Amino acid sequence: MKTTDTPPPLEPLEARPQAATTDPAKEEAARGGEGGGVLNVFSHGILIIWAIMVVLPLVWAVITSFKDDSSIFSSPWSLPDRLHFENWSRAWSQAHMSDYFGNTLIVVSCSLVGTLVLGSMAAYVLARFEFPGNRLVYFLFVGGMSFPVMLALVPLFYVLSNMSLLNTLPGLILVYIAYSLPFTVFFLTSFFRTLPTSIAEAAFVDGASHTRTFFQIMLPMAKPGLISVGIFNFLGQWNQYMLPTVLNTDPDKKVLSQGLVELATSQGYKGDWSGLFAGLVMAMLPVLAAYILFQRQVVQGLTAGALK
Amino acid sequence: MQHGKYRFIAGFLIVPLALYAVFVIWPFVQAIYYSFTDWTGLSPDFAMVGFANYSRMLGDDVFWKSLQHSVIFALLLPLVTLGLALFFAFMLNVGGRRRKGAAITGVRGSGFYKIAYFFPQVLSIAIVALLFQFAYNPNDGVINGTLESIGFGDVRPNWLGDPNLALWCVMAVLLWSTVGFFVVLFSAGMASIPKDFYEAALLDGANRFTTFFRITLPLLWDTVQSGWVYMGILALGAEAFAVVQIMTVGPGGPDYSTSVLPLYVYQSAFRDANAAYATTIGVALLIVTLLFAAVVMRLGRRERLEY
Repeated sequence: MKTTDTPPPLEPLEARPQAATTDPAKEEAARGGEGGGVLNVFSHGILIIWAIMVVLPLVWAVITSFKDDSSIFSSPWSLPDRLHFENWSRAWSQAHMSDYFGNTLIVVSCSLVGTLVLGSMAAYVLARFEFPGNRLVYFLFVGGMSFPVMLALVPLFYVLSNMSLLNTLPGLILVYIAYSLPFTVFFLTSFFRTLPTSIAEAAFVDGASHTRTFFQIMLPMAKPGLISVGIFNFLGQWNQYMLPTVLNTDPDKKVLSQGLVELATSQGYKGDWSGLFAGLVMAMLPVLAAYILFQRQVVQGLTAGALK
Repeated sequence: MQHGKYRFIAGFLIVPLALYAVFVIWPFVQAIYYSFTDWTGLSPDFAMVGFANYSRMLGDDVFWKSLQHSVIFALLLPLVTLGLALFFAFMLNVGGRRRKGAAITGVRGSGFYKIAYFFPQVLSIAIVALLFQFAYNPNDGVINGTLESIGFGDVRPNWLGDPNLALWCVMAVLLWSTVGFFVVLFSAGMASIPKDFYEAALLDGANRFTTFFRITLPLLWDTVQSGWVYMGILALGAEAFAVVQIMTVGPGGPDYSTSVLPLYVYQSAFRDANAAYATTIGVALLIVTLLFAAVVMRLGRRERLEY
């Protein structure tokens, strides 16, 4: 009888880490796996290898952007003999990186604001008001997420051409907004549904119009959702490649991702590889820096949609 | 709440809906219509040709190759990406040795890994593709350079120039750039699984394999499933287009060994000036995409289906 009484106090001892910290052997035993140490080394090794595989190409790009052309090929892994900053200035001015940055900045800032304003307006109405056709409109928006955009781009090219919006920045902005709406509406609709109704109703009773209630009460309350979906759209639009490749072929109006590809193609003739790498790193670093600074928000913004 | 309600609703919906209808819905509808015409895209005149484009498509070798590659992308890429990401996420969140204060932790340095793995996700796919195109270069590229320096100088694969390797090279780039996103996504999902479940399993003597397959995976299934659909749509659409268009010779080569459906749509419309035929291939792509989503949702159905 006594023996059956003793194990119970032991088991929680092993399960509870604050009690088990002193004895590593016991911890390992509690894992229940013999050879756990070998497994640990093995799997940790894979984690390290993947981290190296991710970081190394980026570090290599940064190093290469400071080298001269000959040493890029002769010794790809060596450090530059000195920092060739002229690569960067050459890329910035001669290779039109400054223009590409400018165009991207204009397009993304306008389309991001447009996406957030129009998306939140539609999402608010769809989330908070009953009206005939509500579901239809909602599924019309949400369905757009799973359709292959390429199919629509062929006629869209000619639609834009007829509206004289082809190869113009305003045209690109409108297209960016339109193709960002499905996810934005999907995400913000579920977000508006989670917000309490009482405050909006109180404001309405106090005589605020629907419009005023939306802009002064609901939008500030929806700020966390707007930040998440804003980051998602910012990265998507900043990095967008397919839409501008099809719809924006004017060399003067190219955006960053297109410009870099253009730069890479033309290097085939010019052979200015260091300039190309300077351009690539120039485009890469601001986004990486912003990611490291706002890491938590970026991760939340990008993963929020799939976790809903 | 009734006063002026419909006017308000209409006022708020009209602009987003109009924009969406003109730039997204209408082109989709038009595309399906054009697939039954002989429209070139260059001249405004065209005639209805019935299913001529479709029968031409069924006899088109390039179409079948592109379809085959797209299907490989949609089936294999999510499998490998999600599998790898699940393994990493499990190691980072549950797989660690026990340490002070917590029964269930990730391996040491898991915070760093999560930040580093996510890097490719914030970069433009264009930048990633260009970097790897350079790395794959058979003569000057860093991959063959590294192979040489560790003593494999005789093996000099032609990578993107080799019809048997090119498709896998392109897929590796997509894998490289997407795994980190799913690691972080699954980590967030795993963090919301109650620790008691793991503790109970450990008490019962479960090892890590059992813990993963009996606790983590079933509780994470919804996230895995929506991740699967998301990844498949990427692999059928924009991302596959970007990497193939930027990296491969042709693009789509060598010898159509990397051609994918979105690229073939693009080339038919804007290189061969055959807009009607392009929309026909686009319709095939639409069907493949919808089939894929339907199959995943159906196969992955568990007691709860939420998306």
